[in-house]
Amino acid sequence: MPWDQILTTTFLIAILTAGIRLAVPVLLAVLGEIITQLSGVMNLGLEGIMLVGGLAGFATTYALQQTTGLTELSIWLGLLAGLLAGMLMGLVMAILSITCRTDQVIAGITLVLLGQSLTTYFYREYPALGKARVTGLAPLPIPGLSQIPVVGDVLFNHSLVVYLSALLVMLCWFLLYRTRWGLQIRATGEHPAVVDTSGLSVITIRYLCTLAGSALAGFGGAVLTVVQLNLFIEGVTAGRGWIAIALVFFSRWQPGLALFGALLFGIADAIQFRIQALGSETLPYEFLLMLPYLLTLLVLVSRRIRDQTPTALGIPYIQGKR
Amino acid sequence: MDHSPSQSTLLPAVDMRGITKRFPGVMANQQVDFVVQAGEIHALLGENGAGKTTLMNILCGLYEPDEGEIWLRGQSVRFQRPADAIAAGVGMVHQHFMLVERFTVAENIALGQTGRGWRDDARSLHQRLRALSAHYGLGIDPTAPVWQLSVGERQRVEILKALDRQVDVLILDEPTAVLTPQETKGLMTILRDLAAQGTAIIFISHKLNEVLALCDRVTVLRDGQRVGSVEVANCDAHHLTELMVGREVNLDRPDRVVVEVADRSPLLSLEQVSTVGHHRLPVLQDINLQVYPGEIVGIAGVDGNGQRELEEAIIGLRSLTQGQIHRNGTLAHIPSDRYSMGLIPEFSVTENLLLRDIDRFPFSQKGFLRPAQMVKQAIALVQQYLIRTPSVHTPSGTLSGGNAQKVIIARELYRNHPVILAAQPTRGLDVGAMEYVHAQLMAQRDAGAAILLISTELDEILRLCDRIAVLYEGQIVGLIDAATADVNHLGLLMAGKTQVTDDPMMSEKRSLQTS
Repeated sequence: MPWDQILTTTFLIAILTAGIRLAVPVLLAVLGEIITQLSGVMNLGLEGIMLVGGLAGFATTYALQQTTGLTELSIWLGLLAGLLAGMLMGLVMAILSITCRTDQVIAGITLVLLGQSLTTYFYREYPALGKARVTGLAPLPIPGLSQIPVVGDVLFNHSLVVYLSALLVMLCWFLLYRTRWGLQIRATGEHPAVVDTSGLSVITIRYLCTLAGSALAGFGGAVLTVVQLNLFIEGVTAGRGWIAIALVFFSRWQPGLALFGALLFGIADAIQFRIQALGSETLPYEFLLMLPYLLTLLVLVSRRIRDQTPTALGIPYIQGKR
Repeated sequence: MDHSPSQSTLLPAVDMRGITKRFPGVMANQQVDFVVQAGEIHALLGENGAGKTTLMNILCGLYEPDEGEIWLRGQSVRFQRPADAIAAGVGMVHQHFMLVERFTVAENIALGQTGRGWRDDARSLHQRLRALSAHYGLGIDPTAPVWQLSVGERQRVEILKALDRQVDVLILDEPTAVLTPQETKGLMTILRDLAAQGTAIIFISHKLNEVLALCDRVTVLRDGQRVGSVEVANCDAHHLTELMVGREVNLDRPDRVVVEVADRSPLLSLEQVSTVGHHRLPVLQDINLQVYPGEIVGIAGVDGNGQRELEEAIIGLRSLTQGQIHRNGTLAHIPSDRYSMGLIPEFSVTENLLLRDIDRFPFSQKGFLRPAQMVKQAIALVQQYLIRTPSVHTPSGTLSGGNAQKVIIARELYRNHPVILAAQPTRGLDVGAMEYVHAQLMAQRDAGAAILLISTELDEILRLCDRIAVLYEGQIVGLIDAATADVNHLGLLMAGKTQVTDDPMMSEKRSLQTS
């Protein structure tokens, strides 16, 4: 292991910076899933939703950049397309799990398979897609703050999407834990009959939360392909959707902890990329790939999580049956 | 919705006319008329399945009736969803409280409010709730998380919720099922205050003595139809029971004989039994109890004081941290949780009846089941124990509560086990089924069985038991001879007050004010 190449300031800064960047797609999916799960719906379809969002976002951006040449606007419209595609996938999940009351585990897995096969179909049907590349977002250094040594490089020299995600963490926390809507969402996941007898609609709240959560996951998928990788390949999300679900449990449905968990994953991912690039003989990079999973497993076995799980998570609501 | 005072006093607060509601295969309500005046406490009586809950769910907007109309204070209304009923001033305190345990009292109440903006003004809400709580003597702190509250307090939170929504019509579905006698008296005081201020109160209950003590009028439903409405002043418990059941029912304490047995040593004996629950907190502490052949020992107490843990300890589902349980003979167990511990709902009546005998001849031989023999035995038991089921192949989960319980009772009692543990054996059953279960238990007692009866129904305990132990916070706080038991004294013990000093009504009021 070339330790002299790893333990340098430049290398560490590079890893932290890349880690923050890599955390973003997962973070977006985690935030969305927190909203969905707090309303009582377990959406296991994130992997499929991210894939579809990623493809829709990439294809839209590529087409617009080729035809209009408006780089930035095309990217934002592409991200919007990813968000809408995610929402469409979420609608499938919502109809299956909320209206038809299908088992949510089955519905979620079906959604993953749907997303995977759908994107694979387009990828193979249009070989040009695999060769296409888009121009990503330029970093937006924050004036002043980005000049701070080390910290400036790590925190304040990113694209707008990264800052936006940080803002979303706070927004989500505020929405869920400081507003009446958050109270209603959490009550729906805890005890839907209470919400029903309070004159609110369990079905509506769960639909909105599932759509919002899937929109964020689709957005995350698009950020991955458009902003970070600038390309789309088959299975590009590489399990990020599943990791997001694990991180929801890790975060105990707290957006702040979700940020922490996503950063752990992102940094582990960045380390893995770098060590892969350095070509270590002694430590296979796959070991580092396991790090986020291991961390999540460790937290999952601790007792406190179970106590904080929304009581009605994964249970369809049937009016009059209580 | 302004009304002139003369108009609103003349017109009934609730006037339901010709309500019919069908469910697949069931006529839940058939042409039911139901009238409640403002300021009146009106009891809705009936056996399980008589259609009380359906009627009230229609009144609070959970179901739409197939036929009929609802008038509130002279205005025709149509409720399509609960929000409509709430807006029209109808509030319901459900049997299973509609509270989110992780939320505070104020959060629970804010949940149903149709306020504007992204956030409620917590401070003014707290102030308003404190004032309301003080005005009606509810003794509720709006900032307390609900999981910390006792059952009685949770019920007062539900009432507070309704008061804060300014209801004209308050429905209470079996509100006293979970309360101590003292808490029940406190509740009655609150309800009388509310009625005096013009609220129409609908009181759903099985307990006739409470209906007689509290209500002005009674409407009785049977098989989805209205049997009649009577003034409480003009009737008594026997009359009401007959209206409900359609025949005479005897729920007095049966005469009992001293059972002669050869060996007078206890068949079930608990010595210093202690165990822990969640977070290693003690849930049973130092329980000493003997049950002798030919007697029924009752465990009285408010739900949640260790009944479930005691039951689990005796059947061996819960390990003890201290002490021992001796049992002399096999155990029959009528579990408190009928559908998760007592039956396998998906299995047929036959399979459930023979669950304990399946490895025995003639029901199986060399490991193979003998279905013909099983069915034969099941049919015999269905006839002997009067189980009403379409067939012995019917899944037991589809039976009514009373018949499901009869399946369990048949299975547990037909082999005449010497020790019987009956936990909440009549929970949720109607008067007729209750009478049946009681008769079965008394017959086993008279045949020499040692019976431990865990029940939160004080009437049941007083009726059946020879001796009564009161369980409070996991400890036995009193052991009383049932023949001389005094309800007030028992109630105080159930509330954890071992020092009986003064009038129970007064001490209840004081505890409400200080809590």
